[in-house]
Amino acid sequence: MKLVTAIIKPFKLDDVREALSEIGVQGVTVTEVKGFGRQKGHTELYRGAEYVVDFLPKVKVEVAIGDGLLDQVIESITKAANTGKIGDGKIFVTELEQAIRIRTGETGEEAV
Amino acid sequence: MENSVFHLQYAIDTFYFLVCGALVMWMAAGFAMLESGLVRAKNTTEILTKNVALFAVACTMYLVCGYAIMYGGNIFLSGMGEVDVAGVLGEYAERGDFEGGSIYSGASDFFFQVVFVATAMSIVSGAVAERMKLWAFLAFAVVMTGFIYPMEGAWTWGGADVFGMYNLGDLGFSDFAGSGIVHMAGAAAALAGVILLGARKGKYGPNGEIRAFPGANMPLAALGTFILWLGWFGFNGGSVLKLGDIASAHSVAMVFLNTNAAAAGGAIAALITARIMFGKADLTMLLNGAIAGLVVITAEPSTPSALVATIWGALGGVLVVLSIVTLDKLRIDDPVGAISAHGVCGFLGLMLVPVTNDGAAFSGQLIGALTIFVWVFVASLIVWGILKAVIGIRVSEEDEYEGVDLSECGMEAYPEFVSSK
Repeated sequence: MKLVTAIIKPFKLDDVREALSEIGVQGVTVTEVKGFGRQKGHTELYRGAEYVVDFLPKVKVEVAIGDGLLDQVIESITKAANTGKIGDGKIFVTELEQAIRIRTGETGEEAV
Repeated sequence: MENSVFHLQYAIDTFYFLVCGALVMWMAAGFAMLESGLVRAKNTTEILTKNVALFAVACTMYLVCGYAIMYGGNIFLSGMGEVDVAGVLGEYAERGDFEGGSIYSGASDFFFQVVFVATAMSIVSGAVAERMKLWAFLAFAVVMTGFIYPMEGAWTWGGADVFGMYNLGDLGFSDFAGSGIVHMAGAAAALAGVILLGARKGKYGPNGEIRAFPGANMPLAALGTFILWLGWFGFNGGSVLKLGDIASAHSVAMVFLNTNAAAAGGAIAALITARIMFGKADLTMLLNGAIAGLVVITAEPSTPSALVATIWGALGGVLVVLSIVTLDKLRIDDPVGAISAHGVCGFLGLMLVPVTNDGAAFSGQLIGALTIFVWVFVASLIVWGILKAVIGIRVSEEDEYEGVDLSECGMEAYPEFVSSK
């Protein structure tokens, strides 16, 4: 199983969610985060005092999937979250050692 | 029949005081919202506690002794509950017309006056935000509202001689609703506190850098400003002191009109000034600008024309932005711009009075301003100094980093992940 973590632009969340539903992904966890990549920050003024805006609001989307769905999930998220402009985000894939459904106790691929 | 009209006039003038007093009370909500919007989230509960508590302290101390010091009369307002109906009717009957000074319930006079005391005190809470010990602040509030403010109030609206030396009224000093008596006085107390308190940790860098600490809630700040704007109609409008005759009622209307015009002028001027200086619209400066306009017109809201009132307000709007930036350069840390909006613009308001009011003199205004400022500043410095020596006025560095919500109040304004034992 894999844990796919995608950092995307906040307004792309709906598109990504729909795209994942369409390929059969049934569970998603979403967190509001802040972050930056290679894009540099810029400065703003608050009451005349300069401050750096480094961390931009993003959304982190996490899905736990069986190995078979991996390529589709990556393709779906990439297409749905892409705008072609700086700050589109990244996708990270990590090996998921175990998954358990709390209500029923199911484990492994049946739990994702 | 005549007595019925007298009853009615007393009723309307008393009612007017009460409604205006209630509007000024609502300004306390304005200050609370404005300040809580401009501080960081970790300091929100504490500033709200300060605002509500200082209002209560002001009302109580003024009732205990402040009103007596300012206007004579009895400690604890004893005797306030009685009204001599026949005596009042006699007063009206003696007059022959309705056009003298208003006659109203003494209780309504107290109510109208007490909310002004609370306003003066709440100016201090914004300037010392995010690093002062709550109880030190409240201790200061007891002295400010029970003694310091009433003393200068006695020399101005109370008509008393300044320590027997001179009389401000005789010198031509005029401050209609309190640009100096309330606003500049509050700012003087705030300045004394801020000087002894020091700036927030990390605000000013070693090489002259000024760091931004953005406020956590812009909607609250904007709401607070509009609430203050609304309440100010009572602040200035009620200071006409009478409603019940044609000339007075028209004067009240002009005061409302000019108060509004000055706020608008101040807002626009501050917005444009900030745009020119910083390149973008700064909401917080816009809000400070509206308040600056209101403060400026407070010294003389009835005699200027509406256009002049707008211009007076606009002068305040420009001045407040410049003052905020200047205070930061001087490393005087005022998180909400209170000293600039109420102190600097309060002084401007006082000095503009003789331009449209023949009864006031520039020299009288200056002497009055200095009297108020020196008295309040020095007295406050002493009280803050004693508090600093005895119990300390600043929270520890660690408490400041964690936020005074936790250190002073033990509760977060926006709690998350709270678990029970």
